[in-house]
Amino acid sequence: MDRIPILKLGSALLVTIQVDMHDRLAIALEEDLTAKIAATAAKGVLIDISALEIVDSFIGRMLDNIAAVSRVLDAETVVVGMRPAVAITLVELGLSLPGVKTALNVERGMALISRRIDADAVSRGELDDRYDE
Amino acid sequence: MPTRSVGENSMTVTTSEVFEIRSGDDVVRARQQVRVRAIESGFSLVDQTKIITAASELARNTLEYGGGGTMLIECVDDGRRRGVRLTFEDQGPGIPDIERALSDGYTSGGGLGLGLGGAKRLSNEFSITSNPGQGTRVTIVRWK
Ligand SMILES: Nc1ncnc2c1ncn2[C@@H]1O[C@H](COP(=O)(O)OP(=O)(O)OP(=O)(O)O)[C@@H](O)[C@H]1O
Ligand SMILES: [Mg+2]
Repeated sequence: MDRIPILKLGSALLVTIQVDMHDRLAIALEEDLTAKIAATAAKGVLIDISALEIVDSFIGRMLDNIAAVSRVLDAETVVVGMRPAVAITLVELGLSLPGVKTALNVERGMALISRRIDADAVSRGELDDRYDE
Repeated sequence: MPTRSVGENSMTVTTSEVFEIRSGDDVVRARQQVRVRAIESGFSLVDQTKIITAASELARNTLEYGGGGTMLIECVDDGRRRGVRLTFEDQGPGIPDIERALSDGYTSGGGLGLGLGGAKRLSNEFSITSNPGQGTRVTIVRWK
């Protein structure tokens, strides 16, 4: 069975969804991501959906689940690159994805995650030795 | 029985084709074909996205709850404008309470309960007929 590749990008994971996903693939991605977050202690997950022509309730639910599971594992999910036509359609469909953060593109999504990592470091008083690793 | 035909008056059907919906891959194929027809009918990107998304929801319901069925795609013309009409049909258990099924948040499975109501909002015309024990038919039209 096909799998969607998951790349490590600093302390984040990057998933680029490039195909018209069928349901089995979506479920496999959810499982793979959860395992990888746990294995790498990633602090963020970027899901690039710029290639997706539609997001229906099934894919929406998948994104929501991934965000919820990541949160429990202390990682933040940011969905990036949603096409404007997809965003308009999602609202009309009634899918508001309350638990999912979004950003315009991968760079901005990455910036969101980095900011969170820094904020965490500050709150733990670790900011000064952050570069010493 | 809340049956209402949509767009039956003086509508010309220019192309029509039937797709089997028996698997997840069929849902993907059905979506792709709706996209082809929507483009052919001159739909804007947003209108394409809306009807493909509605088709995806209805095709998945046909598969998940109806036990599989068919999708009829028709390119239609009412003399003033072109449109795409989709009819999803299955011989599954039917829907006992259509009002409830249409309301956002109601699901008998593990869904979000958005598909049916969402498909209605994404379409210009919507009709549903369902007879317990005999099956379900949903028709939508989106005009250019
Ligand atoms: N073709 C069908 N045959 C039988 N029951 C159906 C059919 N389509 C929908 N239903 C019933 O209507 C309910 C609502 O459907 P709807 O598509 O709105 O939500 P869902 O499929 O449960 O979740 P979602 O679409 O958000 O993933 C379903 O849970 C099911 O009980
Ligand atoms: Mg549904």
